[in-house]
Amino acid sequence: MTVTQPSPSSTRPRLSALRDRVFKLAELATTPLLPSDYLDLVDPLRSGAALRGRIEAVEHETRDAATIVIRPGRDWQPHVPGQYVRIGIDVDGVRQWRAYSITSVLGRADGCFTITVKAIPDGKVSNHLVHRTEPGTIVQLDQATGEFVLPQQTPDKALFVTAGSGITPVMGILRNLADDDLTDVVLIHSAPTADDVIFGAELRELAAAGRIRLVEQHTDTDGMLDAASIAALVPDLAERSTWACGPLPMLEALEQYWDDAGVADRLYTERFRPAIVAGDGEGGTVTFTANGTTLEADGSTPILDAAEDAGVLMPSGCRMGICFGCVLPLREGAVRDLRTGEVTTAAPGDGVLVQTCVSAAAGACAIDH
Amino acid sequence: MTVIQKKPDNPIAHLTAEDIELLGKQLDAIRQSVIDTRGEDDARYIRTVIDVHRKLELGSRAVLLASGFPPAWVLGTIGLSVAKILENMEIGHNILHGQWDWMRDPKIHSTTWEWDMASPAEQWKHSHNQLHHTYTNVLGKDNDLGYGIMRVDEDQKWVPAYLLQPLWSFVNACFFEYGIAAYDLELGKVVATGQTKDPEFRRRAKEVLGKIGRQVRKDYVIHPLLSGPNFVPTLAANFVANVVRNLWSNSVILCGHFPEGVETFEKKSIDGETKGEWYVRQMLGSANISGSKAMHIMTGNLSHQIEHHLFPDLPSNRYAEIAPQVKALFDEYGLNYHSAPLHKQVYSAWHKIFRLSLPNGWLDNTTPKNLPSQLVKLWKMSTGSKATRRRLLKAEMAAA
Repeated sequence: MTVTQPSPSSTRPRLSALRDRVFKLAELATTPLLPSDYLDLVDPLRSGAALRGRIEAVEHETRDAATIVIRPGRDWQPHVPGQYVRIGIDVDGVRQWRAYSITSVLGRADGCFTITVKAIPDGKVSNHLVHRTEPGTIVQLDQATGEFVLPQQTPDKALFVTAGSGITPVMGILRNLADDDLTDVVLIHSAPTADDVIFGAELRELAAAGRIRLVEQHTDTDGMLDAASIAALVPDLAERSTWACGPLPMLEALEQYWDDAGVADRLYTERFRPAIVAGDGEGGTVTFTANGTTLEADGSTPILDAAEDAGVLMPSGCRMGICFGCVLPLREGAVRDLRTGEVTTAAPGDGVLVQTCVSAAAGACAIDH
Repeated sequence: MTVIQKKPDNPIAHLTAEDIELLGKQLDAIRQSVIDTRGEDDARYIRTVIDVHRKLELGSRAVLLASGFPPAWVLGTIGLSVAKILENMEIGHNILHGQWDWMRDPKIHSTTWEWDMASPAEQWKHSHNQLHHTYTNVLGKDNDLGYGIMRVDEDQKWVPAYLLQPLWSFVNACFFEYGIAAYDLELGKVVATGQTKDPEFRRRAKEVLGKIGRQVRKDYVIHPLLSGPNFVPTLAANFVANVVRNLWSNSVILCGHFPEGVETFEKKSIDGETKGEWYVRQMLGSANISGSKAMHIMTGNLSHQIEHHLFPDLPSNRYAEIAPQVKALFDEYGLNYHSAPLHKQVYSAWHKIFRLSLPNGWLDNTTPKNLPSQLVKLWKMSTGSKATRRRLLKAEMAAA
């Protein structure tokens, strides 16, 4: 005997297919606009709309960090703790996309999620979010993504090494831990002073309750921790799975140390900026074959940034060379990978796929777009 | 009017090459000052205009559901006409110029926008942004001068068919969007040179027909059907709104380059043209309309045609702010900043259409007293042999 399992989601696709058909019909009346252009006037967060969110509140954490409460559109899918979300927000009228870790507990009663942002010096978007964002602002969203999450099989012992805003994905994980999950946690966190520790009070409470062992390093007075001193603080380091998030030099030092110790596979790192090594090459003229734009780009600016500055609408994603959302074919010429310094060339007619967010012009080049 | 190079009193004869270069640099500085200060207020402006347009259109169409009730018909038709004008002028024209590309909003971008108009955005961008804005007022290069169907200059030979020019111009104005679509397709040229089988032309023609089909279906089938028993009044309202919009945009565009006193240029004069010389051509080849803020918005700020032609990709809401600086440069360099109220510019443009539909000199030589004899002469010019026409035309010119 065979049993046909009822598909739990069979009504949903049928509903959305119906909606598509209705929209197609309505389009006859709205052309050249789309029905959604009108619906966006009333309900930008509705199901079926481009994914957006509305900022509901800005809660200050420290003098330069704030938690932003965002009500996502109805098509938002729950994130996995530790993941980040890409947010597109208009700063001085210009749409800017950045990635921020999600810090809230899953399934908040109000349906919102939060990100926590630290304003970095000269950071266009972070300063805007922390100091100038008004509740009610609509932002563009992508679905949450990222690999900086606990594995299915939670390890017995974990170490988190964080600095500055690097605490945010870890807070996202800690807040969602069940009581009997991951009972042995060490968190080593660095910040300039005690007051600069984002979520300082909450972390100290967790430590006081015995949920985690917290090591705060206040770098203004105590200096920075190097990998060896971290290892000294955690004698059973090799038995622990380690998650690290913070400035690039810190992550690189940790990777080196874990590698030397032969436990590189137990270290997970999260970075929000590409590690740029090659910033001094020559630039060149970049031509976009389809839209006809030609621009001069220097050897240290990603082609994605240079093109956006010239008003070209570019596909983009993580902006750090991970997600491949920005890939375009290089028809001719040369580009340099800013992370490795490696030069990729294409003979006329080739279509070598390059990541525009981490590639700079290395001489004249033509890109299909 | 005659091309600037053939004028006895060339209005730029007093400018040296250095003057023109310096002028170019001063204009570049004005442009940069706007680019440096583009921001949130500008973004809010265009989003507000788009928002107002969409609500006004929706509201007007809703009112027109009851178009059988005369006040509803009047109200809905006015609202829809205004909405369509806003959509074409302040929104569509300017977005398609790339004036708002700097916002990086894929929904308000020259490469993604489509407008409520017969000509597909892609084709219009080519003929307008690339041809008209590059070759502004260069005879034989800028088809916007008379759209290839009108006599726009004394130097163009007069033939009797031009007598119909005023009528033809008016018909073109009423159905302006279709004229533009045909013109973007270069339909006249393609037909004249027998290239209608060219696959590229076919592809583009198909695109235009598809666009026209969707537009016509919306205004003349779908919305009338939605009005149920009010099918005919709604259809009429949509037709009137389209004609009003066409007449309005045609008037604004006539005012931009066609009033008396706006200069035209010879083809060879733009060989090796410098940026400064290009600026001067834009300055003298455009005319502004003076008026209220509402009027500027309804013209898509093409009332600041001079500023628009100097800086086609600056946000339209900023033209008013730089206009005094631009005018100061006209004064500094002894150039004529051509600006007048709408009714004067429209009259001037139509006066020129009439004047050029007639043989050179005829209108100037005609007074109420000699009208009968002038009309007889015109009859002879139109119906006589080529030799007669040549002789009479020459005599008319001599008398002027």
